[in-house]
Amino acid sequence: MATTFILNGKSQTVDVSPDMPLLWVLRDTLNMTGTKFGCGMALCGACTVHINGEATRSCITTVSSVAGKKVTTIEGLSADGTHPVQQAWIAEDVPQCGYCQSGQIMSAVALLSKKPKPTDADIDDAMSGNICRCGTYQRIRKAIHRAASTPATKAKSA
Amino acid sequence: MTTAPVLNRREFLKTGAAGGAALVIAFHVPGSAYAAAEDQEKKPANPLNAWVRITPDNRVTLIVGKSEMGQGAMTALPMILAEELYLDWKQVSVEQAPTNPKIYDHGTGGSGSVAGSWLPLRQAGAAAREMMITAAAQHWNVSRDTCKAQNGGVLHGARKQFLTYGELVEAASRLPLPDFNTLPLKNSDDFTIVGHDRKRFEAAAKSTGAAKFGIDSRTTGMEYAVIARCPVFGGKVAKFDAAKAKAVPGVRDVISIDAVGEGAFTSGGVVVLADNSWAAIQGRKALNITWDEGPNADESSESLRKHFIENAAKPGKIVRNDGDADAALGSASKKIEVVYELPFAPHACMEPMNCTVHIRPDGAEAWVPTQAPQWAQEVIAKVSGLPLEKVNVHTTLMGGGFGRRYQADFVMEAAQVAKATGKPAQVLWTREDDMQHDFYRPASYHKMQGAVDAQGKVAAWKHFQSSTSIAAVWDKNGKDKPEASEFATAAFIPYETPNFRVEYALAHSGVPRAWWRSVEHSSSGFVVETFVDELAAAAGADPLKFRLQLIGDARKIPDFTNPKENKPLDTARLKGVLQLAAEKSEWGKPLPKGVARGIAGYFSFESYTAAVAEVSVEKGQVQIHRIVYAVDCGRPVNPAGVVAQVESAAVYALSAMMKDAITIERGRVKQANFNDYDMPRMKEMPKIEVHVVMSKEDPTGIGEPGLPVVAPAIGNAVFAATGKRLRRLPIQAADLA
Repeated sequence: MATTFILNGKSQTVDVSPDMPLLWVLRDTLNMTGTKFGCGMALCGACTVHINGEATRSCITTVSSVAGKKVTTIEGLSADGTHPVQQAWIAEDVPQCGYCQSGQIMSAVALLSKKPKPTDADIDDAMSGNICRCGTYQRIRKAIHRAASTPATKAKSA
Repeated sequence: MTTAPVLNRREFLKTGAAGGAALVIAFHVPGSAYAAAEDQEKKPANPLNAWVRITPDNRVTLIVGKSEMGQGAMTALPMILAEELYLDWKQVSVEQAPTNPKIYDHGTGGSGSVAGSWLPLRQAGAAAREMMITAAAQHWNVSRDTCKAQNGGVLHGARKQFLTYGELVEAASRLPLPDFNTLPLKNSDDFTIVGHDRKRFEAAAKSTGAAKFGIDSRTTGMEYAVIARCPVFGGKVAKFDAAKAKAVPGVRDVISIDAVGEGAFTSGGVVVLADNSWAAIQGRKALNITWDEGPNADESSESLRKHFIENAAKPGKIVRNDGDADAALGSASKKIEVVYELPFAPHACMEPMNCTVHIRPDGAEAWVPTQAPQWAQEVIAKVSGLPLEKVNVHTTLMGGGFGRRYQADFVMEAAQVAKATGKPAQVLWTREDDMQHDFYRPASYHKMQGAVDAQGKVAAWKHFQSSTSIAAVWDKNGKDKPEASEFATAAFIPYETPNFRVEYALAHSGVPRAWWRSVEHSSSGFVVETFVDELAAAAGADPLKFRLQLIGDARKIPDFTNPKENKPLDTARLKGVLQLAAEKSEWGKPLPKGVARGIAGYFSFESYTAAVAEVSVEKGQVQIHRIVYAVDCGRPVNPAGVVAQVESAAVYALSAMMKDAITIERGRVKQANFNDYDMPRMKEMPKIEVHVVMSKEDPTGIGEPGLPVVAPAIGNAVFAATGKRLRRLPIQAADLA
């Protein structure tokens, strides 16, 4: 069954089972592998994307439920890694293994779009759904504060 | 002193007794390229072929011969090459080495990537540099002595002429290799890259979604597969009905694969192949399988604990016996007897296990997130019947490794599937598969007895350990001593006592075990560093002063467990990190009410770490405010990378201490996903400060040594705050009540 949604600013139609989670549509049908599989139960945040600007776990979001909506993935933040949050991640040398970082960045961008100057408590609230097994949390916190203090930061989410 | 020769893990990995090679011996083809590569010392390869690729337009690519799993090998190793080559760091890019055990020592584990590569990579870089200088001198027809390497090229001082390596590389690569034993190495005082913070090469790719992990491998015609494995360890498929699974839209086929024992330790199972991962997962749910649960179906965490207690009631195998611990305990006025317990622990890499393989009649291609590419290659060659050199293994980035990806079980399964279908296949493990079919950190039980004399010195130290040893998994015939990988650190401690006895008893279990970040040190560190704290409390002494006094004078304590390798514990360096951590944490300075400090210091992977934790206990919950580390891992090649690894090891340790345990019920793992085996999260993160000793000693390990001190430092702080001693991990509410 065909479903159409706006993926990173462009109309995208996929012909897949309507109950197929968006995660697998992105990864396996569209070969957009920046969004990661971690748990399949919305427990780890590795699969986080934005749906109409809201951070959403794509592993439990059926493709039919995003019909007509705007989906933004890590690949859609910027064409070349110049999004202020990505820049902050690079500047703070955040990633270790890096597997969770797409999801971390998507959660951070969603946070900054709502709270441009988040407190540590705001960061705790927004980011505690994203697991990092390498323990990069304190660098993530620093990177979010850095992005928040970048004048150009207008956390954009399509 | 009674001694027993043992292998430490690095020797284990090197000789292959455990890391893979020896397991592969079971099906080793005599005279195979791999055997030859393992059996003889590798001759140095031409560095301009193996390690450095320079194009005539002067682009420099450095080759990384170890796997990148987050530990920073992909940055630290090129730094060593670049230093000896006098490269401009901005000029450098990096590339993963092809799998070729004749050239590269691929195995990535034992915190050995930098330590083991330090001299070989310096020599490779220096050899390439000397060849460039010779080529330049020949070009100018001048004496070599008037030429020197500088900034990615060679300068002829007298005429102020400069040729880039790009201009020289063609001539240089035709020159004979210099003698590696007499190569001049750069004076460390002149280092401009080593010892200076460098950012990761792949940080940008990991911040944009561009980085490719094993799970991101995509190739034309690839089928997506998941496997139903018997939930009980050692069980297998009795029969199955695939009719409903095959009816699931997107499912293409259902096949079965056999279990493989020595060599890869897989459990076999029923494979669902599909158009995409989701369809495969749905198809697996629709399978109707009857399992033959095998001999381990009655095992449980309770039965294992009973087994430990029964073992502890009997004398164990004597591992070390100095003086007469029993007599000293009998006559001591102040003595303690306590038990410590640690459960199985999972690796839980964020990227679940996976492997992508395509076996064609004329060759095979594989994309493997592996710490042991050479083992993956061997497994695929064996399954396909192809010669090793026809098996092209691409080592991908790994979403965590921590020892789990030193295994080849996930490779074996994918190879079996690809062989059966003749098509490219990606075998994906779901989180549940990953949690329930791991090779876990062993469970262990420690009965500790100690006595303190009137002078406050330790009169006796007796350690009985029973565990589900790692070595027992790898060698069913008992050639390798099952206790070898377990007792080593318990019997090799820095504390002086005239009466020291260590005993060991193997506990039998069907649960697979292997190396988990810091391996046996994760248990020994907790036990030894908590017990010494208990003795300090019994002596009424300050925990820091007590340790410093017990460690005693500056000396090098030989590694009792591995005398051959001559890697002693330098007491001055251990005391150095204890004192540095104490100073940086303001040990002794009053803290707010309810907050207390605990300390631990430890030697592992030839490195020295100490940590001071600041904690409070509020409403039965341990709150960790800060962990202050001091680490001495020899010369820090990339100090920023050292700090990152220690921060990472701290959180890995916190996970096993503050969160959940793997428990066994009816022969299987009870936990399945992050809802019942949770991880530390952002809001639970303490502040972690890492102070790195800028040593000039050769580099030693750092991926793991940050881990063993965390649990004892926190537990000792909890004792200081509350008087409650934590002797079981993870922390249990009853122990704080």
